Amino acid sequence: MEKIIYMDNAATTSTGKAALDAMIPVLEKDYGNPSSLHQLGQQAADLLADARKRVAACIGAQPDEIYFTSGGTESDNWAITQLALAGAAKGKKHIISTAFEHHAVLHTLKRLEKEGFTVTLLDVHQDGIVRVDELKAAIRPDTCLVTVMYANNEIGTIQPIAEIGAVCREHGIPFHTDAVQAVGHLPIDVQKQNIDLLSMSAHKFHGPKGIGALYCRRGIRLTNFIEGGAQERNRRGGTENLPAICGMAAALEDACAGMEERSKRIAAMRDRIIDEVVQNIPYVRVNGDRQKRLPGNVNICFEGIEGESLLLRLDLEGICASSGSACTSGSLDPSHVLLAIGLPKEIAHGSLRLTLDEENTEEDVDHLLNVLPGIVSGLREMSPVWEEMMKENN
Amino acid sequence: MAMGYSEKVRDHFANPRNVGKLENADGIGEVGNAVCGDIMKIYLKIDGDIISDVRFNTFGCGAAIATSSMATEMIKGKPISEALKLTNHAVVEALDGLPPAKLHCSVLAEEAVKAALADYYQKKGLPVPEECAAACSGDCAHCCG
Repeated sequence: MEKIIYMDNAATTSTGKAALDAMIPVLEKDYGNPSSLHQLGQQAADLLADARKRVAACIGAQPDEIYFTSGGTESDNWAITQLALAGAAKGKKHIISTAFEHHAVLHTLKRLEKEGFTVTLLDVHQDGIVRVDELKAAIRPDTCLVTVMYANNEIGTIQPIAEIGAVCREHGIPFHTDAVQAVGHLPIDVQKQNIDLLSMSAHKFHGPKGIGALYCRRGIRLTNFIEGGAQERNRRGGTENLPAICGMAAALEDACAGMEERSKRIAAMRDRIIDEVVQNIPYVRVNGDRQKRLPGNVNICFEGIEGESLLLRLDLEGICASSGSACTSGSLDPSHVLLAIGLPKEIAHGSLRLTLDEENTEEDVDHLLNVLPGIVSGLREMSPVWEEMMKENN
Repeated sequence: MAMGYSEKVRDHFANPRNVGKLENADGIGEVGNAVCGDIMKIYLKIDGDIISDVRFNTFGCGAAIATSSMATEMIKGKPISEALKLTNHAVVEALDGLPPAKLHCSVLAEEAVKAALADYYQKKGLPVPEECAAACSGDCAHCCG
């Protein structure tokens, strides 16, 4: 098989060796149920407790503040609906979020709106960054929750989380962050950053799929999301997915060890791609702030062409990428993230997202930069939009 | 997404037939709009009542490029009367199917051909046949809503 260059790590990552090494023995022999009192059960309970401690340590939390879930989406749903319910019980039915959250957040907020909540979505501006003073101005006496993503999944921009946390703390409002793209990639300390709730997903940092966690600060009352047994301190019923939990803990520890050095190498490849594309291909726009972005995120619009055909052409060259075009979003509109940063639809259709990671090499980048200009000009040559643009410019 | 694209769609996307423009075309048809993410432009050369040559330019997804390519193949060298009968279903069938979300691309392909034929009749000062009437309204919800 021809070599595949995987540059879609924001969608999912490969299952790393650390995760596999942790999971396989659990799958093979530690099949006990952590709720059972016999020795096999207790062995499993020990593994579970150990994994919880290790996940907590990676984000500066306490073990009893970690709840294992099926992933980022469940964590987001749980955090937001439960805090909204708690707010409503006190007559507070206003929530602040941003226009470019993941659908796990936005669709949950939409449902709450139908149930009588008011939602304020903060502007994320052209650079894809929330302004803290605009958050302050949006706070009302009945605000019961602020939920702002740590880093955006499409354009990679990193939000001023510690500052947002400080404002929320000052006002006594619980602060949740969807940190699915950040955990394992950026240093996180829930204490220093005043984060009250945080969602994470293992498969974004070389852990297995279908497992994640919700961090919920002690003192914030979390009501049950899934009724059942006494698992997760009575909050989430259902026998724990122990192999995946152990894989997640190992993957997260591995991701957090040596993060700084790895980030530097990945960011250098990211910057090389962005710089060379901007230099060598006309009519492109880099989406999102150049500095405050995830080390592996490249997001560029190529005017005059459509993103899906661009990513399919890259696929023919063995490069796996993604796009925010309507054709890939499954709706008529291009990505809500690109529209939120003010891109016109016709330009947003031509977006390309490349998300790199430590498994990518400079040779991968060489290959990408070799084929990309030709693919773009080939698609532009057959594009009536491009023809029109060139006519107007001459 | 690429998922669900047949071999034929992939082939016509990877190696599109009849790409380009025709100088002094006898009929040119353009449908769709950039806001929705697809535009197709078809150029016809007509000798007598035969479509002797055809070219296309398309801004759009993989399915938009593949349906344009297939539609041009289906009318090339054919009498006008046959091109007037081209349907989006026939294009879809010839491509061994399209994912449901991409069916509108086949509608655009049919409409681009018919818009080009309508232009040919108009240039000649002839009445435009009824079959050409179904032009794209520019409202994408019309196809995919």
